[in-house]
Amino acid sequence: MSILVDADTTVICQGVTGRSGTHYSAAMIEYGTSVVGGVRPGRGGSRHLSLPVFDTVASAKAETGANTSMVFVPPDNAAAAMIEAIEAEMPLVVALTERVPIQDMIRVSDALRGGITTLVGPNSQGILAPGLCKIGVMATGSERKGHIGILSRSASLTSEVTAQVSAVGLGQSTTVGIGGDAIHGLSMRACFELFLADPETHGVIVIGEIGGTEEEELAEFIAKTKPDMPVVALVVGRHAPVRRRMGHSGAFIDGLANDAEGKIRALESAGVTIAESPHLVGEMMRQAMLVDA
Amino acid sequence: MKLQEFQSKMLLARYGIPVPRGDIALTADDARRIAFELNTEGFAVKAQVPAGGRGRSKGVVLVSSPEEAGAAARAMLGRTLVTEQTGPVGYPVRQVLVEEAVTVDRSLYLAILIDTARAEMAVLAGPEGSEEIEDKLRSAETTIERLHLAASGKPDRADAEALALRLELESRQIPAFVALLEQLASAFVENDATLIELNPLAITKSGAVIALDAKIISDDNAMFRHPDLMALRDEREDDGVEVAAQSRQLNYVRMDGNIGVVANGAGLGLATLDMICAANGRPANFMDIRTTANSLDIAYGCSLLLENPAVRAILVNVHGGGMQPCDTIADGLGIATRRTGLKRPTIVRLAGNNAEYARFRLQNFGVKVIDCPDMWSAVTRAVATVQDMGETR
Repeated sequence: MSILVDADTTVICQGVTGRSGTHYSAAMIEYGTSVVGGVRPGRGGSRHLSLPVFDTVASAKAETGANTSMVFVPPDNAAAAMIEAIEAEMPLVVALTERVPIQDMIRVSDALRGGITTLVGPNSQGILAPGLCKIGVMATGSERKGHIGILSRSASLTSEVTAQVSAVGLGQSTTVGIGGDAIHGLSMRACFELFLADPETHGVIVIGEIGGTEEEELAEFIAKTKPDMPVVALVVGRHAPVRRRMGHSGAFIDGLANDAEGKIRALESAGVTIAESPHLVGEMMRQAMLVDA
Repeated sequence: MKLQEFQSKMLLARYGIPVPRGDIALTADDARRIAFELNTEGFAVKAQVPAGGRGRSKGVVLVSSPEEAGAAARAMLGRTLVTEQTGPVGYPVRQVLVEEAVTVDRSLYLAILIDTARAEMAVLAGPEGSEEIEDKLRSAETTIERLHLAASGKPDRADAEALALRLELESRQIPAFVALLEQLASAFVENDATLIELNPLAITKSGAVIALDAKIISDDNAMFRHPDLMALRDEREDDGVEVAAQSRQLNYVRMDGNIGVVANGAGLGLATLDMICAANGRPANFMDIRTTANSLDIAYGCSLLLENPAVRAILVNVHGGGMQPCDTIADGLGIATRRTGLKRPTIVRLAGNNAEYARFRLQNFGVKVIDCPDMWSAVTRAVATVQDMGETR
């Protein structure tokens, strides 16, 4: 099976009439994803890509029975769109929008508390279950159905690693872009737990980078629970520009541990296999799966 | 976007936050005149660069006459200031702030920032403000108090008073501190700040507060609703180039190596830097092309590389996606090459959507490239190319 999405996933697109919304909705329909409608305030009652368009998420959900909304709304209204979907109790919201202001995400996080919605993203490439469901902007063609779960903070690296995994003869159960922004929905650890609980996932690849503390939190979880499947991690940013790495006061909060080396040490001491270089992730997973078998 | 100290102080003053009297000087004469007009006994002359650590690097000087203020300004202006926060390249000093010196009875560290792990705004406050705050925190010589703010950003009055007590402020100092905290929080929310730092914040015996230094970083992603802040940016500064690149859907940071890097996606960009360093090469920049960038945006980014005299070779590492296939990036490189008339050995690795078509586009533009099948071969080829050039010189 897969995580987050399955054969019953039905999707509406917020921002369906925009350039990105149109392009990717069409690509998803072509892939076989069940896209059942779109939302665009003021355009309710019309059709776009031969899909019904609604004024609100609530009406789209009521009319189509969709259980997933993807957000392609530009940054100035993206947070409001996410909050609308959360208030409409959409079970899964996948936000693709890049460059959402961080203070807006504080308000979105506030709206998520106590609700039923799982938010993936923003600044995510989306979710791909090969051959089953594509929600998002990822390149397709290199993916292959299989048993490796990929969770990532980076869209382009996910495409790269997906191709590597397929090239060594393995495939993917699901690839999930949890989002590259500092504040986002589904956390690295929560996504990892979903993979652990998925019987079709036999190994997990984690793609992390400098900034934040999610890799450290995941390492702590893995050290504590000792999952019995291979985990390979790639953490990029060891040689990021000095001015990007320079901690200002953010370091006070993050405990000065958020550089790449600190993340790598934390994951390694938790028993995770560290990919020596970005081009070796697929091969290292292949070897880890051989040992495991 | 980082605001300079004087810009930060002007902005905070609009919220009623007290700052020292002073003005900005572009020349030593200006500095002397400003000090003269301040008509007081002590002056601070402060280099305006977007980085901290100035006090330990002679970027902040205290003097006692207008003549000395002029001399201090002369020593700073036109110089490159390197502090432990600027990186080895440093920043040129183009302007200095001349202020009245303030007698400090007690100084605090006070900041508002975003606690990303908790998705909340947080106030951080330390019982002593100084440049050494980070060192002291590391060595546990001082402590920091925290106060988390509601999503609205408004501090709860009782919480703010409790914070003041934990900082051991005296009762007559508390009202001004609480008022300042509210003003600071308004400034934070209304300017989409990710950090506002007052270090030090002076508190006088009589209970007045005054921000002796101020630093504001505003969210680049929120600039669409802050044309007033955008207008403050200085394109001569690195930050200015970075902000300009942002408006063209690129993340660009100059580094001190000689291999120009073009990559799409922050993760692939960082991975490319890591691989170049692992292969003993030195990247000249970090560049991340967002999916929303079109070929003209990308051409702007490629021009930055071509016009950087330190760049000996360009490495293009691209994994094309749905909306930004490889050919969009190839077009950007082609346009930049035509526009600038500059050429550098260009090593490309194109994967994903339209990789094949992108090669044709490059040919059509007359851009000769060294085509590599995977990331690592492209990286090692770029490093070897630069090394060969070094030997033949």
